[in-house]
Formats: sequence, C-alpha cells, structure tokens
Amino acid sequence: MGPQHPSTHGVFRMNVALDGETIVKLQPVFGYLHRNHEKLGENTGYLQSMPYTDRLDYLCAMTNNWAYALSVEKLAGFEVPERAEYLRIIMGELTRLVNHLCLVGFLFNDLGTSFTPLLYAFREREKILDLFEALSGSRMMVNYQRFGGCRVDPTPEWLDAVRAIVDRFPRFLDEYETMLTGNEILLARTQGVGPLSPELAINAGLTGPVLRATGVDYDIRKVDRYGIYDRFDFRVPLGDHGDTYDRYMLRILEMRETLKILQQALRDIPAGDIIAPKAKSRGLRPPAGEAYGRIEGPKGEIGFYLISDGSAQPYRYRVRPPSFVNLTVLEDMCIGTTIADAVVILGSIDIVLGEVDR
Amino acid sequence: MSSTAELLDHLRARFPDATLELVENPGPAAQHGLRLDHTSARLIATYLREDPAWQLDYCSNVSGVDWIDREETEKVTTTVTAEDGSTAEKVEKVTRTIPGYFEVVYHLYSMARKTSEPVILRLRTANRTDDTVVPSLTPVWRSCEFQEREVYDLYGVSFTDHPDLRRILMWDEFKDHPMRKDYVEPDDYEYEPTPHATVLERAAKHYPPASPAEEGSQS
Amino acid sequence: MSETSDRSSLPPAAPEPFPAAGNISDEEREELRRHGILLTSLEELYNWGRTNSIWPLQFGLACCAIEMIATATARFDIARFGAEIFRPSPRQADLMIVSGTVTKKMAPQVVRLFNQMPEPKYCIAMGACAISGGPFKQGYNVLKGIDRYIPVDIYIPGCPPRPEALLNGLIQLQEKIKTERLKGPATARHLKPDAPSEYPIPEYDAHDLKPPKNPAVWTQNPLPRDQ
Repeated sequence: MGPQHPSTHGVFRMNVALDGETIVKLQPVFGYLHRNHEKLGENTGYLQSMPYTDRLDYLCAMTNNWAYALSVEKLAGFEVPERAEYLRIIMGELTRLVNHLCLVGFLFNDLGTSFTPLLYAFREREKILDLFEALSGSRMMVNYQRFGGCRVDPTPEWLDAVRAIVDRFPRFLDEYETMLTGNEILLARTQGVGPLSPELAINAGLTGPVLRATGVDYDIRKVDRYGIYDRFDFRVPLGDHGDTYDRYMLRILEMRETLKILQQALRDIPAGDIIAPKAKSRGLRPPAGEAYGRIEGPKGEIGFYLISDGSAQPYRYRVRPPSFVNLTVLEDMCIGTTIADAVVILGSIDIVLGEVDR
Repeated sequence: MSSTAELLDHLRARFPDATLELVENPGPAAQHGLRLDHTSARLIATYLREDPAWQLDYCSNVSGVDWIDREETEKVTTTVTAEDGSTAEKVEKVTRTIPGYFEVVYHLYSMARKTSEPVILRLRTANRTDDTVVPSLTPVWRSCEFQEREVYDLYGVSFTDHPDLRRILMWDEFKDHPMRKDYVEPDDYEYEPTPHATVLERAAKHYPPASPAEEGSQS
Repeated sequence: MSETSDRSSLPPAAPEPFPAAGNISDEEREELRRHGILLTSLEELYNWGRTNSIWPLQFGLACCAIEMIATATARFDIARFGAEIFRPSPRQADLMIVSGTVTKKMAPQVVRLFNQMPEPKYCIAMGACAISGGPFKQGYNVLKGIDRYIPVDIYIPGCPPRPEALLNGLIQLQEKIKTERLKGPATARHLKPDAPSEYPIPEYDAHDLKPPKNPAVWTQNPLPRDQ
C-alpha cells in the first residue's frame, strides 16, 4: 500500500501480508519524504534552522518552533520574558486546535465520509490560519518564535480576534460532535479496533494522545511544567481502552481543555517585552555543550537534541519526532484486523510525513 | 549533576565489573551523560528500567553522533635539570590525534515517576571505520527500534541483537551513510544565484571559468 | 505569479481570429450569439470541454499538499473551476499537481504515476521544492526539481503557495489548454503520434538516482553571463 495512496496521509507505504482480508504482517516503509532536515541543520546557523522546523510537522509549525527555541534556550541559557511565554502558549494551543481538527477530519475521510467533516474542520482552521497570517505573515510556515522570545508583538485587536474565535469555538465543537460522535458508523468502525495496552505503549515510547488513550497519565505540560504551564488550570483527559474510538474522543476532549487554557491565557496576558534583551538570535554561538529540550506537541513529545561545539553551527542537530516513534506499534495494532481497519488505525495515530521522515 | 552522579555511584556499587564513565556537559543545560561499556550495557539498561528507585521505563530519543578525528594540542611541562644543577621548566606543545568514534545517545525518562530531567546513556563504537558495533537496546525499550535503524542507516552503526536492522530512510541499494561528517553527496549541482562560497565553488567545477573581461563585468 | 514553460509544442500566445467560420470577425460572431445563433468549431468545443473538467490526481507529497486540500475546501473551492474531482487513480486523472518536495526515493514513483496517466495530461509543479528543491535543495536525498524527469506545464512559486496561487496556476493551465490546436503545425503535444507519452523511470543506484536527469526534457540553466 502506498506511497501514493489516498489514505496514507502523504507518502507513507506499508508492506502488508494478507490472509484473505486479514492482516498477518505489516511493515511500514519510510523515507519517501526524507528531506535531510538534520544534515541541513548541521550546515546552517542556529537561527537559519528555525524556518526549517516549520516544515517538519507542517500542520503545527508553532509548536515545532517552540520546541526548537526551547532547546536553544537550554543550550545557551536564555531567559524568556513573561509576555512571550503567554504568547507561546496562545500560539501553541491554537496550533493544537488546528492539528486536532485536521486529524478528526482526515480520520473521517479514512472512514469513508468523503470530505464533509474535513470541510467543517478546514472552515474553522482557516479562521485560525488567518490569525497566524496577520501576525507572522504566513499561513502555515509561521517562523514566529525566536530564541528568548517571539518575533512580533500582537496588537490588542489581534488578541480580541483570538478571543472572539475562542468564544465561538465551543459552539462549533458542539455542532461537530452532534454530527460525528454518536454516529453509528463511527462507533462500529472504531470501538475495539486497534486496542493497545498501556505497558506496550510505554515501552514503545508512545507519547501524546495515542499514549493517553491507553490510560497512562503522561502529559509533558504537566510533567516538565515548561514555560508557564503550571499557572494554568486544565485537566489531562485519559482514555480507557486504548482503541481508535478513545484516540478520537481524546482529541475532542483535549480541544475543550485547550480552550480553557486559551481563555486563561487571554485573560492574564501581561504587557511587556516579547524578547529577552540579553538573548541573541543572529549569529548565535552558544557555549560548548549539549541540551535536549522537549515540549508536548499536538502529536506527542517533540524534542530537539543539540550539541554545540562553540561555533555558529550546531555540531549535531537531532529531532525527536513524535509520530515516527508512535508508528512503532502500528504492526501490533493492525495484526488481525482488516485492511479497511488498518487505514482507520493509521489515521488515528495522526502522522505527518514531514516529521516522520524529516 | 547530583542525579547523574548519584546514579553513577549507585550503578558502580551494583555492577562492580562494569566500566562506567561520567560524560560531563559543560553547557548551561548541565544534562550529564553516563557512558556504558558494551558488555554490561543491556544489563544496566534492564536494571534501570526495572529498578523501583529509577523506573526509567521510557526511552525518548536515540541519536547518533559522529565524532570525527580531532587534534588536540596539549602543553606538556617537563622539568629539565641543567648541568649546573639548577632546574628549569620547559614547555612543549604536543599535538596528538584523538581517533574519532560514533556515539549513540539515549535519553531516558520515567513515566511512572514523572521525571522531567533526562538520564542520558551513551554507547561508543571503537572507531569510525571498521569496528562500528554497539549492543542494541531495542530488547529493553521497544521505542529504540526505528530510531536505531535510523542511526544504522545514516551513520552506519550496527546494533547487535536488533530484531530488524535494515535501512529505513534511504533505499536499500544505497551504499553511503549520509549523516557522517565526511559524506560527499552526489554532484547534481545546478546554477543558483546565491552568494555562498561553497555553492560558488561547486559552480566553478560545472561551468568553465569566464574570460577575464567577462569576469570583470560580472563583479 | 505563474509562468508557462517554453515547450516546443506551445503555440503562439496571441489568439488567432476564429478560423473555422471563414471571414467572420469576433464582433460579428458575438452579435450572432446575442441573437441566439451559436457559431463554434470542433476545436473550440473540444478545448472548452477539457478546460472546465480537469481532473487532478489526488496525490500529496508534503506541506503544499495541505494547501492543495485547503484549495479544495469551502473557502477557496476549486470546484468553481471544474477541477474538484480529485481522482485517487492515475488512470482517471489528467492533471498531476506535484505538491511538495520530491525526494530521490519518491522520484521513480512520481514518474511512474505520470506515465500511468492517459493523454492528454498536464503537470503543475506546485511550490519551490517541486520546482527546484526549494529550501531543501542542498539535501542529499532531494530531487532538484521534478522537471528533471517529466515536462512541467505550470510552475507555481511559493513555500507553500497560497491557495489563490494554486487557483491562478490552474487558470493559467486552462488558458494554455484553450490555445491547443487539433491540427496544423501547432498541434497539441498529445495529438502528435511521435511525441513521448511515457518517460524513462530512474532507478535507485548505490549513490544517486540513475540517470540523475532526463536530458530530453531538462537542460541546465544557463549562467546569467551567457544570456
């Protein structure tokens, strides 16, 4: 199956051995979008890699930016001003909304609903992308974060526009859920499909909603408390069975929690600097050493491992891609199911090939 | 430091035969590493996963690092006794080549204990050319499976006891290991208007140099 | 924003006067149309039909594919231009939108897909990566432009291009299709019996793709000093 296949989310390929229609063996094949991100990162300066991180997981450029900025801040020892932390949280959580919306849309595409849920999802996504565009100049490739802060300070009108969208969003989500969640076909096709045990999920290094759907309470926003997430009041939804339905439901619940975080951030955002005066972006030469920084991206733990030898280019630039590691258990989930279910399971893992292959 | 040093002491007491080494990180992040030897690596890894005090059940990140041969200049001070009995200190500069190696770095966390600082394990190969073997930790943490394959593909580090060691990103017929620092990529250069010195250097090989008059007009 | 490549089969851009109806000028024809008399030629009818029912191949490679999907959704709505039927099978498609980075590992598959499409077929290179490798040009596994292997009709720059840019590219392609001739010296490529319909598929080799380019469709860019 693949790499050109309408349901493989890009150029993913699976070698599937079948018995009738039942899968007995499944081997994922990667590399069709291997764009040498890490090699390019080692040959360019620190700041030059920032736009490349946009193109890693191209649905959530903001969180990739954030993870990279966080790692460089750890490497160079920069502080981040408070307003920038709030802005990062607003951007990151808006990105989470966009990503989960698209995921649900694509998942229903894989279930065979032919575009309709995706149309609704993209309608809302466009509103958020317009915000990003107004702020950073680009819809998708935002290149917004900087080491020690953010690039552009939003105007009060922009923040009002976010507030308006956040206030209206629950209504859309209700409408969306009325349309989808109780749907008979969804229940039949996802409940009990591709279950995963928590032990295997931990051992296989799964992160993000796929892990939490198995009931493991591990959210880096709560564990690391990076940024200023400890000031916010939100819950971490957990699944029960680890099946496809839980993975779908978890995203919907996470969107609701995300809205809570956004409301608190928009209420509390202070005035002030958006970039630390001591931080340096252009021609940055961090002291020799290494750092691994990670955040909770919409798909799971996205981390950057950087080794500096004191020069302007990182000696080693490594991306820890969440969806790549999450694919480890694809075979375990798919064995014994049918081809049609494998498509749905793959859709529920939420992969983006730009990040899987880098 | 404290946690890694603590872990090191603990492991030294638990595994007296193993050769362990603290790899310090001089940067502000201060994430120190722990270098393991090949024979006891898997034993220690299993212990770290199972031991209730550590419970490092989650291996987050596996990266390969290519440490090329580097030259180190050291000042060696020798005391020379002169004929008249007085001693003088003589400073000599000694340059020696430290052979390169590949390193595989594992970042571990504990999901059970919810740790927020990684424990870093490092495995090193003997050299960069013929002996590039390290033990695989996939039997301990399944999450290493694809990432170790990636290290094998891009760096050429072989992992013993890896269940399925094949190329993962490049095609199977591919022979090179492109993430190595000395990798030379295929020359499919085409002209592009960039001022980078390296690009212009490659361009010079593809386009015959212009006559001096033309060159003058270009610059 | 978009430009057409200089393929040898391309007819002159200026529209010729209506050829099939003798000496009737465009104004007279328009006058007749207002009175309910429609005069047309087979060529015009044929091109009109093909122009407004382009079926793209449902095929995304990277970031640009998301913008391609956005173009198909309600806000931009590619259906207004008759190109909303994304076909999953190359056998039913006549436009390939190469949306995103073509890696060397993917290039043989892309060429194979293009070969499987029936004539007349067109190719849009969407985004900087598909045109030339874009930001990833220096990468060892990135093909420096899909036009090294297959002929490209429309290039849409951008990283990624906005949906409007893709729509503009599509309109440009439609303009191009409208000018194709059924007969004569400027006959469209797909109607020439000796024009290639399939292109050689590169093979994986130990270090690079073999061959690294198809010299029949791609020539090296000239240096600025040669122009």
